[in-house]
Amino acid sequence: MVEVLRRVDCGVVFDERQTCCGQPAFNTGYRREAQKFAKRFIEIFEESDADAIVSPSGSCTAMVKHFYELFPDDEEWRKRSERIAARTHEFCSFLVNVLKVDDVGASSSGRITWHDACHGLRDLGLRDEPRRLLKNVKGTEFVELQNADVCCGFGGTFSVKFPEISAGILDNKIEAIEKANVDAIVSGDSSCLMQIGGRLSRIGSKVKTMHIAEILASQE
Amino acid sequence: MTHLSSETFGQNARDALRDPILHGALRSLADNFVERRRAAVSSVDDWEGLREKARAIKDETLLHLDKYLLRFVENAERGGVVVHWARDGHEACGIVLDLVNGAEAKMVVKSKSMATEEIHLNEALESAGIEPIETDLGEWIIQLAGETPSHIVVPAIHKTKSQIADLFVEKVGIDKTGDVDVLTGTARRILRRKFAEAKVGISGVNFGVAETGTILILENEGNIRMTTGLPKTHIAVMGIEKIIPKFADLDVFLKLLPRSGTGQRLTAYQSLITGIKRNTDDEGPDEIHIVLLDNGRSRMLAHPVTRQSLACIRCGACLNACPVYQQVGGHAYGSVYPGPIGAVITPQLIGISKAKQLPYASSLCGACREVCPVKIDIPELLLHLRAEIADGSRANPGRKKQFGEMVAFRLYGAMWSNARLYNFGTKASRLMQRLIVRDGKIGKAGRFISKVIPPLGAWTAWRDAPAVAPRTFREQWRGKLESNDGN
Repeated sequence: MVEVLRRVDCGVVFDERQTCCGQPAFNTGYRREAQKFAKRFIEIFEESDADAIVSPSGSCTAMVKHFYELFPDDEEWRKRSERIAARTHEFCSFLVNVLKVDDVGASSSGRITWHDACHGLRDLGLRDEPRRLLKNVKGTEFVELQNADVCCGFGGTFSVKFPEISAGILDNKIEAIEKANVDAIVSGDSSCLMQIGGRLSRIGSKVKTMHIAEILASQE
Repeated sequence: MTHLSSETFGQNARDALRDPILHGALRSLADNFVERRRAAVSSVDDWEGLREKARAIKDETLLHLDKYLLRFVENAERGGVVVHWARDGHEACGIVLDLVNGAEAKMVVKSKSMATEEIHLNEALESAGIEPIETDLGEWIIQLAGETPSHIVVPAIHKTKSQIADLFVEKVGIDKTGDVDVLTGTARRILRRKFAEAKVGISGVNFGVAETGTILILENEGNIRMTTGLPKTHIAVMGIEKIIPKFADLDVFLKLLPRSGTGQRLTAYQSLITGIKRNTDDEGPDEIHIVLLDNGRSRMLAHPVTRQSLACIRCGACLNACPVYQQVGGHAYGSVYPGPIGAVITPQLIGISKAKQLPYASSLCGACREVCPVKIDIPELLLHLRAEIADGSRANPGRKKQFGEMVAFRLYGAMWSNARLYNFGTKASRLMQRLIVRDGKIGKAGRFISKVIPPLGAWTAWRDAPAVAPRTFREQWRGKLESNDGN
């Protein structure tokens, strides 16, 4: 992501104090812990005068956009949450919607397809952005995945609380990927890629999983 | 068949996943209903605007539910309807039983109603020696089989044609046939006789119009017409959230409900009932009773987040769209209302301690929110309930199952909110994983590791786990990336 952003003339800084947005705690019901992460995130990024906070994850970005829900009775933190949320962008959305760039000069090879990660798709409304970026990767052929917008079954702690259901949902995704006959499946969230890649690896498939930042960075 | 409990959702789901017949039946659900809905929705110019209108009407009604309920009651009573108030299922069943006994009925015909499922009316009638006959084809099949509905709109969706044919051989005594016309014809012949004999008909309600005291019931089979029209007494059981303010509001909801539920532009029948007949010679029942049911609804009304649960118009679209429901079907939820909306409503109806697994039975993918015709934010509700459960475990740390998780999240909260500990954690994992990493990944965890770290065992039973990268982003940043910034 850093390489791509620099290629399109952005200066990138990284504050090493940052850790996690706290989404795992929020999604499992542990709001006190999630609040702690949110405050920390807000405090660290408030110190930065960067024009935008960019994350290579629709899921983390969506969490930042949900921070305000953690402070139902605290007007000040709600406001601070909203200010940070307004500056925070998912990577593809930042490229296409903010910078108005849909060709980052990437080149690779093979047949590729896209899996819509749920939070990017339904919380942030990203559907065309990643597809436009991928279609402009030279040397590759983009094909649409059947039911690309259906969940891969990860769902955070869901994947280990109900591993059988999670795997059942995942198998539909794997079936669609095999039908698409691609070299790589690309997505915008590492959690989906871990879920999909974990199963592909287990069944000995040759299909690679790639984060969209990886393929956009590549110049073969 | 034994009825499953919400408390054992995980086990129920595992059993359901091992049932190939159920799997086949559920696949057709996803293929048919999801596609049909999509086509029906696209026949409306401004679907989004319609959803917003519907939600605004529901929000306004729920905010002033007391006012609209009283207006509804006043207008219904003016039309000669008798209205009863029931605080809970027990009271509601008692009211219905008294009415049925008063009508000296030993058998009643029923049309499909989730509210009567919710209060377990059939059991109450049976134990009082009254025979309830379900007249919706799907419900009748379920009743013959001694089961409960597995879907709020298509109750027998889990059954295949062949299973139904076998059931008819066993319970009705016809020869085995795969001819659907013969099967439905048989049901029709048997049920027609019941309609003619019944003194009491019991129905649910889709909408109650405050302005006119009208109730509206939608259907495709014509059995509701007969249930509400032929017997001398009609009893309608209606949740208090079914109220809408104006007759004209039906325009909005009639466009949304059939399209969302069955992918139809409109159902085959819409029964609008406003009061009893004006002349004694007219057709129709002599008495109409409406039983208004609270049963936990006013509790949901109290909180601004849970209030939206009451906007639900029971279309079933969220069930059809849900990847979890598509995998396990409705019975696994062990509740009257299954699927995403069931996972939200059930803990609120029967108490969160009796349905603790249900709010977690979702990957939070949001497909339910996307299809909901009244824009209920189901993921938000699930998260709200999860927070209640987690807080409950804080208050009662003795509970074994939640305890480990609570400790894990406290640890995560402490370690990952500190950059130094976070880095240390990454490095420590990289070191420790050497024991289990083969070819850059973690394969099926051995029994020992699965016991020590249960989530890892649950993960690797189906999937390999990626190893921690040889160089983390931070290390790369320090090594080269930081200084490379040309700006």
